[in-house]
Amino acid sequence: MTGLAILGVLSSALFSGASLLYATLGETINQRAGIVNLGLEGVLLISGATGIAVTSLTGNPYLGILAAVIAGGLTNIILAFLVVTRRGNQLASGLALMFFGFGVSALIGRAFVGLKINGLPRIVVPGLSNLPTRYVSLLQFDILIYLAIPVAVFVWWLLFRTRWGLGVRAVGENSDTAFASGRNPHWIKYQALIAGGMLAGLGAAHLTIAYTLNWSEFMTGGRGFIAIALVIFSKWNPIRAIAGALLFSGAVAFQLLLQASGVNVSPFLLDTLPYLLTILVLMLWGGSRKYAAPASLGRVYMGTE
Amino acid sequence: MSTSSASSRRSSASVQILSGAVGRYVSMLVLALVIFGIIIWISGRNPIVSYRELFGSTLGSWRGFSEVLVAMTPMLLTALAVAIPSRIGLINVGGEGQLYMGAAAATWGALTFSEAPAWILLPLMAALGMLGGALWALVPGLLRATGLVNETITTLLLNAVAPLLVAFLVFGSWHSPMDTNRTPTFVEAARLPTLPGTRIDLGLLIGILLLAAFWLFMRYTRWGLEMRAIGGNPEAAQRNGVPVKIYIVAVLCVGGAIAGMAGMSQVSGYYGVLLTGFSRGIGFLGFLISWLSFGNPVGIFLTSFMVAVIITGGSMLQLTTALPYAVINILLAMALFVVLAGINIFPRRSTG
Repeated sequence: MTGLAILGVLSSALFSGASLLYATLGETINQRAGIVNLGLEGVLLISGATGIAVTSLTGNPYLGILAAVIAGGLTNIILAFLVVTRRGNQLASGLALMFFGFGVSALIGRAFVGLKINGLPRIVVPGLSNLPTRYVSLLQFDILIYLAIPVAVFVWWLLFRTRWGLGVRAVGENSDTAFASGRNPHWIKYQALIAGGMLAGLGAAHLTIAYTLNWSEFMTGGRGFIAIALVIFSKWNPIRAIAGALLFSGAVAFQLLLQASGVNVSPFLLDTLPYLLTILVLMLWGGSRKYAAPASLGRVYMGTE
Repeated sequence: MSTSSASSRRSSASVQILSGAVGRYVSMLVLALVIFGIIIWISGRNPIVSYRELFGSTLGSWRGFSEVLVAMTPMLLTALAVAIPSRIGLINVGGEGQLYMGAAAATWGALTFSEAPAWILLPLMAALGMLGGALWALVPGLLRATGLVNETITTLLLNAVAPLLVAFLVFGSWHSPMDTNRTPTFVEAARLPTLPGTRIDLGLLIGILLLAAFWLFMRYTRWGLEMRAIGGNPEAAQRNGVPVKIYIVAVLCVGGAIAGMAGMSQVSGYYGVLLTGFSRGIGFLGFLISWLSFGNPVGIFLTSFMVAVIITGGSMLQLTTALPYAVINILLAMALFVVLAGINIFPRRSTG
């Protein structure tokens, strides 16, 4: 029984961790290009609602995922226009985008409140289908969970091993230098924001189309902000983000385990751990001066006229 | 920025900015209204009727107007909580968390000393609320002053922690016998007095007085001058003997205290109970309002009023049409987008 309970808890940790990881990867790309997207929560909500809507209307979860990804990219274009083209303040623009997401997602999701959709099919972990059914039912994951870690590795490769990633990081460190070396900071920031929005959309798609399978207002419940904390926690590194997302969702799993074994720890206090851990980690780095943040993070690039 | 003539130039410049901005803001708001009107139209409603309801229900009757003032009260305070630290170049994104902690501390006072008369209990709750908010800003202040962590990140992260602590307290021990997600209704002595016939409470007056006090403080006191010096050039201020680190901690705590006051006025004036997750972004709205009005007290008042009209109108709109309440956030965001996209004509300090 306890073995089964532990397995169930770990399985649910993977489900909640996957969407977190995708969102974190998206925000990592944004911040590597020097842009803090505080509106991530809004992007997730819009993508999640779009995913539910399209899945419900077409009956095809893959179309839903596609729609969520596109919606995420499009939503981030608004931010790109505000902070790159119009040189608006990043924090204020991001928060405005969050409120936009509250509204748009409520509008899109209105017709689908209380509806349960047919989500992504779940595939048993290869080689384990011979186990007893009660185990097998806990070892079924959707394709987005299987892809989460490969995607993280891919994003790392993209950022650290390709010319495109070099451009993104160069712009994030110093847009003037990047401009002087023949790059177009505006266009690169647009690309990074669109890519980041699409990844966030993938995370939201996993949340709604593979995990909760229904829509309610404000359903992301602060995941956007957890992802922002995770980006910092993982030092803007996609590989470390895997560990971060596992740790954070593991904390949730741990809490369920404690409850199952009768230990009474408030879930609310355990939920604060990711944030407090991130602050602690920041304090430890702060002293050593090896702060890995992109140098121009949050700054407005005024261009070179 | 040169220091000698900066102060005289600042006052005339701020008037110029204000008068220039008003016309600009109006034309931009019209654009936002048109865009949102199209959204209403697409979702199958008549935008003109909806707008007539929105503005008629808020500005067209005393009751509606009073509701706008009610909605505006916490925004004045959370915007001020951002504006004060911004004067010395600090970015306080933590109004939301500070508001929650202020509400929690004030609630503790209301539940513990419920026998006390109002003239003792209310000041006590206000003091506790401010203390709660200030403590929540103390850690970011100390970390920034010691150069360990940027206050933007810490205040942002602590925003998420505060509502969880409130939930822990309410679910764990403070909840009423009937509900698990709220405290018992406060005793009458723990409620801020309201204007008869309306829901406007003393918090509005407190907010306006604090805005005025902020303006006078920055203009006429030595500390205000030193804060302006730090805002202009922290290193030069440090060399001239201004204790910059003490200012960083103190000013951030004052900001937190004012956001805490907003939390106190919400639980004591508006709700009369502490409800888990009661604020859906009032602290963040304060950040936006303060930023859009350059931290200027008059600008904060006017911008809060506009935002309050939109939000109050939204709740009225929900009563009369079938749109979900959250949809009004689109209009709010549209107005913000348009202002944010056009605002760069004015000089601005870069962040970070």
